[in-house]
Amino acid sequence: MSLIVAENLSKQYISGEITIDALKGLSFEIEPASFISFVGPSGSGKTTLLNLIGCLDVPTAGTLMVSGMDVSQLGRKSAANFRGKNIGFIFQDFNLLPVLTVYENIEYPLLVVQNTPLKERRKRVLSLLDSVGMLEQKDKYPDQISGGQKQRVAIARALVTNPKLVLADEPTANLDHKTAYMVINIMKKMKDESGTSFVFSTHDQKVVGEAEIIYTLEDGELTERSDKGGDRHV
Amino acid sequence: MFNLLRIAIRNLIRYKRRTLLTASLITIGVVFVLVFMAISGSFKNMMVSQITDSFLGHIQIHKKGYVSSIDTLPLTMNMETQAIKKVKKAISNVPEIEAYSMRIKFGGMFSNFVETTNVRLNGVYPKEEIKTVPLFPERIIKGKKNIVKGEILVPELLAKGMKVKIDDIIVVIATNKDGSVNGKQFKVGGILESATGPGGRDGYIHIDDALEVLRMNEIQISEIALRINDFANLDVAYNKLRNILSKELNEESKPIFEVHTWEKLSPFYNIARMIDAMTFSIRLMLIAIVLISIMNVMIMAVYERIREIGTIAAIGTLPGKILTMFVLEGFSLGILGALIGNVIGVSVVYILNISNITFDFGRQTGLVLSPTVNFTDILVISTTVIIVSILASLQPAFKASRMEPIKALRHV
Repeated sequence: MSLIVAENLSKQYISGEITIDALKGLSFEIEPASFISFVGPSGSGKTTLLNLIGCLDVPTAGTLMVSGMDVSQLGRKSAANFRGKNIGFIFQDFNLLPVLTVYENIEYPLLVVQNTPLKERRKRVLSLLDSVGMLEQKDKYPDQISGGQKQRVAIARALVTNPKLVLADEPTANLDHKTAYMVINIMKKMKDESGTSFVFSTHDQKVVGEAEIIYTLEDGELTERSDKGGDRHV
Repeated sequence: MFNLLRIAIRNLIRYKRRTLLTASLITIGVVFVLVFMAISGSFKNMMVSQITDSFLGHIQIHKKGYVSSIDTLPLTMNMETQAIKKVKKAISNVPEIEAYSMRIKFGGMFSNFVETTNVRLNGVYPKEEIKTVPLFPERIIKGKKNIVKGEILVPELLAKGMKVKIDDIIVVIATNKDGSVNGKQFKVGGILESATGPGGRDGYIHIDDALEVLRMNEIQISEIALRINDFANLDVAYNKLRNILSKELNEESKPIFEVHTWEKLSPFYNIARMIDAMTFSIRLMLIAIVLISIMNVMIMAVYERIREIGTIAAIGTLPGKILTMFVLEGFSLGILGALIGNVIGVSVVYILNISNITFDFGRQTGLVLSPTVNFTDILVISTTVIIVSILASLQPAFKASRMEPIKALRHV
């Protein structure tokens, strides 16, 4: 069964008398354990699409199934519950909580969102810290680590609840070349280890080059899908 | 909850200066209220104690209608033997009553053989009077600290005006209720300090002498003053006594007696009420300080952390938990302010106590201020601060919890 199924997905923003069609009837499917990238110029609708998939926003028209659930009409509380159980987020600016240590940032979704018991929490957090190579930095605060390290922590935080899907909006935009590669490799490794699907929106060719499937968006429309094997569908 | 509290406290520590400033404001408010309550409470208690323990008693019983005509000291409204028995029986049924004193109050003429003036006198049983108003002997500023048969305790102002001294002989002339006039010589046994309130400028003689002056064959009592074992039981004793005595009716089925607490008899009660009103106003100021400062700081906290709110909401934190997180910040600030305020407030009160500050009230001088803070005051103030802190945090916290994660994440 597909992890994400979108049919005729549209999103309009109304600003005064102006209506902006951010997404225009998108249809696509994403399989479990895939590494997908949405690419396109600024304003093409990448972030809007990720927001819809992440249940942070609702579509104007069309249906969107995520992990077998129709998320197009979820209320605020149901959406929060669904996100907490099924989706991990990686942000361009890392968005770590500054008052929590590296360990506590990763622990947060288990502690506050899922109420996981201490023993299991500790096991999972330490395991992920080890996987992203941040075990030695676990007691540091976000302002004591580098950008690349922050994004590794963000990856660990996104994966700590064993979500079926991780959404990453421009995850390497604020990283240098070398660090960006390292972060992408970690994400790929995590995808292989946990079977979690990673869906990105990006401009970054490094990320694009590593994706299994690349969807190109232009003016809110899907214009191209290319697979890593070289298949291209226009 | 503990984890949310931990995050809330970390966020407070994150903005140390702001947290300290807000907590200081609450602290100052708490200290001010505590010290004001301690000082005003001490002043009030001291004055109440001065009034009730030196002449008024805690409760007084009169024949119905006596108090409204108390200025004329009507002998026709005295309680007679049967009535006195009824009152004594009622008193014996109220265990909170520690002592009582029966008084004959009357007006007469006071003569030093050169001049004559008016005088108001109380005829009392000395032992019972001192048991009921134990500070009475302290009012005797010159002479024996007691009331002896054949002697009179002359009010200070009267003694000065009539130029009488200890051991001088004077005459008291009074008209009894039948209209016949009688006089009796007294030796001045003591000079009595004036006190604020009704009866505070009366002279005192032994009750047997009063009976003689008024030519009473059997005892008749104008008022019965009562002392309660614990001032906190005043209302309990008053209600019990009133219930019992209200059942005593005359032939016209109207109550025979009237019972009053000191509050209804002394004008100082209005000052006491004013002190209470001022204390209440100060408390309102504290509430305003806490409300405004916490609300201000929490609004800033929400505004500064919009992206963080977006992040935790995106991760899946339920709106209720976001609300709780911010309310706990306000709650922690309130606790911090209340805690420090109570510690400093109690310390200030302690320092005031050991400083032995004195003050004058009317003709009473050198009264030592002994402010006290009781646990209930601390509890009430702390609870008020904490509840107001929570209420002040609710609006910003609610705003944070209702924030759209998508808009919050876009916030720069």
